Amino acid sequence: MNAPWRPDADDRLNTKASYESTGIVVEKVRKTFDARKNSKRVVALDDVDLSVREGAIVGVIGRSGAGKSTLIRLINGLERPSAGRVVVNGTEITSLDERSLRQVRRSIGMIFQHFNLLSSRTVFDNIALPLEIAGATGSQIDKAVTPLLDLVGLAEKRDRYPAELSGGQKQRVGIARALATRPKVLLSDEATSALDPETTEQILELLKKINTELGLTILFITHEMAVVKALADRVAVIEQGRIIEEGSTYDVFAAPRHEVTRRFVSTVTGGLVPDWLRARLHTEPAAGRSAALRLSFAGKDSQAVVSQIARELQTDVNILFGQIEAIAGQPFGTLVVSLDVAAERLDRLVRELATPERSARNLTVERLGYVA
Amino acid sequence: MSPEILTMIAWSTLDTLWMVGLAGLLGTLIGLPLGVFLATSRQGELFASPMANRILGVVVNATRSTPFIILVVAIIPFTRLVVGTSIGTRAAIVPLTIAATPFIARIIEAAIREVDHGLIETARAFGATPLQIVRKVLLPEALPAITLALTLTLVSLLGYSAMVGAVGGGGLGDLGIRYGYQRFMPDVMLVVVLVLIVLVQGVQTLGDSLARRLDKRAKRS
Repeated sequence: MNAPWRPDADDRLNTKASYESTGIVVEKVRKTFDARKNSKRVVALDDVDLSVREGAIVGVIGRSGAGKSTLIRLINGLERPSAGRVVVNGTEITSLDERSLRQVRRSIGMIFQHFNLLSSRTVFDNIALPLEIAGATGSQIDKAVTPLLDLVGLAEKRDRYPAELSGGQKQRVGIARALATRPKVLLSDEATSALDPETTEQILELLKKINTELGLTILFITHEMAVVKALADRVAVIEQGRIIEEGSTYDVFAAPRHEVTRRFVSTVTGGLVPDWLRARLHTEPAAGRSAALRLSFAGKDSQAVVSQIARELQTDVNILFGQIEAIAGQPFGTLVVSLDVAAERLDRLVRELATPERSARNLTVERLGYVA
Repeated sequence: MSPEILTMIAWSTLDTLWMVGLAGLLGTLIGLPLGVFLATSRQGELFASPMANRILGVVVNATRSTPFIILVVAIIPFTRLVVGTSIGTRAAIVPLTIAATPFIARIIEAAIREVDHGLIETARAFGATPLQIVRKVLLPEALPAITLALTLTLVSLLGYSAMVGAVGGGGLGDLGIRYGYQRFMPDVMLVVVLVLIVLVQGVQTLGDSLARRLDKRAKRS
């Protein structure tokens, strides 16, 4: 189901120096909006650094108002930063005038939450729009659009109007349109937020396909961690105009550092502990309550932790909850167990399991409390 | 009714159509760019020039708030200058055009402002110039609304054209005043009114069906 794990995905987002010629570099970018009649001065982005290596898929996740829309609009020059610089495909766009900027924009594709198709144009003509803007001739347009219709699976809808299409089909048109000028970079602005889960999955598959087949660099913004989980090689978490956490999708999921990140992760993994179980947890020990631990396993290495615990403590290990899911194509397992042992022995166990050697093998232990 | 009267009604109808048609056409030719400019020249818009926008807005409002019958009389010198006379069908076209232009400008402005702002952003993101955005996005997307707006204008112009009859403008209104009212021929008056009703109905039906055909937003079964 998921794309195979690519070991090189980790360093696809990298230091700015080596990738200036390709991909996207956002460096020390600050964006403030001046005070208006009925609003105060707003700092939308504050000292933001972000690099996307060519061919990578990077997600920026944040709540509404966190600054992610501003960030994506800076990358195609629809907004200009108050400070800092933005380099796309080796061109520093922050220093360009409007005319040159238009040329650069023609090499950056973009898809939108509400698709933004022209209702007066057929599917074919919508996809042709960027080509018309770039001044392509009729036969050039024909040659470019027809394969794109096939790519997104809408060949027989070419003469339909957007009103006759479903949401998923509209976004396919949006994607084909974004690819029309053969851009190297695709920006996605909440592209699946208006779609149902099943359609979302299909669109994400399509995006992965064009990333693989066309080598397209994709930067997307979203407020849905599920999209990050399914699509991104790397993820940056943005909050109040700052990037508060950034790393490979797998690492961020397996060990979120920031509270906001943890909340995002919990929307996908159920907080790594499902609600029904959380409701049964108590913070204080009491008679008839046993200690609850959450064990998280990352990677493919199997570890005999449960039997080891049982053996060492000579106690029954009761499995309360367990799941294995795929994050960025890699398995990630969660196990919640309860065991009836004295406090000091439990402390020692947690210490032992938290050794650097264990962490290196991607096992983490967390005390959840006590369960009746 | 005598055949002479019937011939006069026929000619007057043609006069009215000619006046309204030409005034509508000229009004659109001038009003369309004005409307596009009004809709795109506020602060932060495609052709941002807030000062020009405000001045044009005031001029448009002033023209629109002048009662038509006063406008007709007030611009007689200008009308003479343009067409050489202030009486007859040709002369009537001048005030009709001047009345129609700001009206058309405003309704085209409204139609263009209805276009989803996201579409402008999209076109900009694909590197479109402001003129390309007007040509490829704003006008085509607003076309159904513009069609309805122009229909409305033509209907209003039919009413106005009857009014210029009062000051010797020719057409159905002129006929109604001179024969129906001043010579007390109620049958002529009745026919004039009936013809106007049919014309209005015809224009409206035509405009509606054209707008419906242009509008691709509705799902077709």
